Amino acid sequence: MKIIVCIGSSCHIKGSRQVVEQLQKRIAEQNLGDRVELAGTFCMGQCQKGVCVTVDGEFCSVTPETTDTFFKEKVLAQL
Amino acid sequence: MEHTIRKFDTKVQHLKYKVLREVARFAWEGTLLDNIINIPNMIVPGKTPTMRCCVYKERAIVGERIKLAMGGNPANPNIIEVIDIACDECPAAGYEVTDSCRGCLAHRCEDVCKRGALSFDHNHVAHIDKSKCVECGACAKVCPYSAIVNRKRPCQNACKVKAISINEENAASIDNNNCIQCGACVYQCPFGAIMDKSFILDAIRLVKESENNTKYKVYAIAAPSISSQFTYAKLGQVITGIKELGFFTVLEAALGADMVAMQESRELAEKGFLTSSCCPAFVRYIKTSYPQLVPFISHNLSPVATLAKYLKESDPTAKIVFIGPCTAKKAEIQLDTVKDYIDVVLTFEELQALFDSRDIDITTLEEDVMDNASYYGRIFARSGGLSDAVAQGIKEQNLDFELKPVPCDGIEACRLALIKKVKNLLDGNFIEGMACVGGCIGGAGCLTHGEKNKSEVDKYGKEALEKTMTDAISMLDMLK
Repeated sequence: MKIIVCIGSSCHIKGSRQVVEQLQKRIAEQNLGDRVELAGTFCMGQCQKGVCVTVDGEFCSVTPETTDTFFKEKVLAQL
Repeated sequence: MEHTIRKFDTKVQHLKYKVLREVARFAWEGTLLDNIINIPNMIVPGKTPTMRCCVYKERAIVGERIKLAMGGNPANPNIIEVIDIACDECPAAGYEVTDSCRGCLAHRCEDVCKRGALSFDHNHVAHIDKSKCVECGACAKVCPYSAIVNRKRPCQNACKVKAISINEENAASIDNNNCIQCGACVYQCPFGAIMDKSFILDAIRLVKESENNTKYKVYAIAAPSISSQFTYAKLGQVITGIKELGFFTVLEAALGADMVAMQESRELAEKGFLTSSCCPAFVRYIKTSYPQLVPFISHNLSPVATLAKYLKESDPTAKIVFIGPCTAKKAEIQLDTVKDYIDVVLTFEELQALFDSRDIDITTLEEDVMDNASYYGRIFARSGGLSDAVAQGIKEQNLDFELKPVPCDGIEACRLALIKKVKNLLDGNFIEGMACVGGCIGGAGCLTHGEKNKSEVDKYGKEALEKTMTDAISMLDMLK
């Protein structure tokens, strides 16, 4: 599974660093490092919906507060 | 018209801008070749000359400016070119005694001249023997009446690496081997006879052929000195304007500066002495004038090249356009070590021309955001900023190294530090070299050069979301 997090300006201001840090932590906790690849991009063209994240191409709008829910529903549930 | 002029320091810049704007306007429309012949008449209409002896010469010079706006002479490898017919062949007499000489008794001028070039006529008025004078200027400095002046050409005065001479036709001529492409002569020539080649057509082509960033993405990377530019609008509006031109997104070169400062502080702690590698004109100056110091040049790519490299590794089809204050950057991207990462370099002058070529009035636009870097990356734009960032890099990485920075802005300050290093007399272990006075905010491609530019850079730096370089670059490491 490939998760891409936008780290462009708009998403950065909305907390993409916190989102990435939390995802990285969850992935490590659950030993998913070899199954989930975390990558970044500098804009997805949907700045209003940031923090922009895609999971295998599926677009999701995430915030630092909703990262846990996102991880459960969009990552763990689909593995 | 009045409003437009205030966007620039000088009328020379304004003229150059008008040519770039018209060339760009037709290039966007795809009708440049059909219309190119009309541009001189559009810029110099009517029969009354406003700049030169006649409108025909004015138009001929505009024709030369059009060539430069389209990339210049491909046979000339230098980014900086002289427009021969625009050079006004300024008097180039060197040091001369003026009418202000009072024929005093002291003769300080004579005493200070080591070459015996001064003599006095029957009225006790001083004369300089040109065959003996070496243009050191000592006599001018000591004259109590300031009666001795230097009638050096402005271009030669601006060129601190002494790459400009006068050719047999009495026009300025650039020695490509010594020229460091800093652009000082471009900005200083009062007749606008020296210009940097423009690559606006390459930028326009990249944007157009991307088909709205669907075939590939065109990224703009903006130099941190942008915070001191476009003072008539808000920075956020400039960012929106760049996107309206068709760029996919805008990144801060300052993020590359954060990356560089972290690496450079480690490299410095390891090697014990370094000269900075951010300013391409300074790097070239060392290579041409102090080759024995080349081993001390930091191995880092410049900030924008570092960020562009990262970007191209994550998006291999990306096209990257750097927008900054610098003419030397146009030469830097031709280097083998950089050419794969950055596709085009534009100056702020050229960005203004591009906005207006599409009739984009940025003051009417919504504000977008540009926030990738830390305070430290952003202050690279002014002298001393790089040294501060390296000090911070040492602190953030707990390196055991006592930094003694020597921040130098302007080639003369750089030269002094480099000479001291050669003679082993330098009190310092890190030379921050910036070819332009004040640092990048003094760059030749800036729209305006003002007193407040430094404080604007610092203010913008403090607005950065990330307070440390470690935080700013942490995501890049995590997502590599």
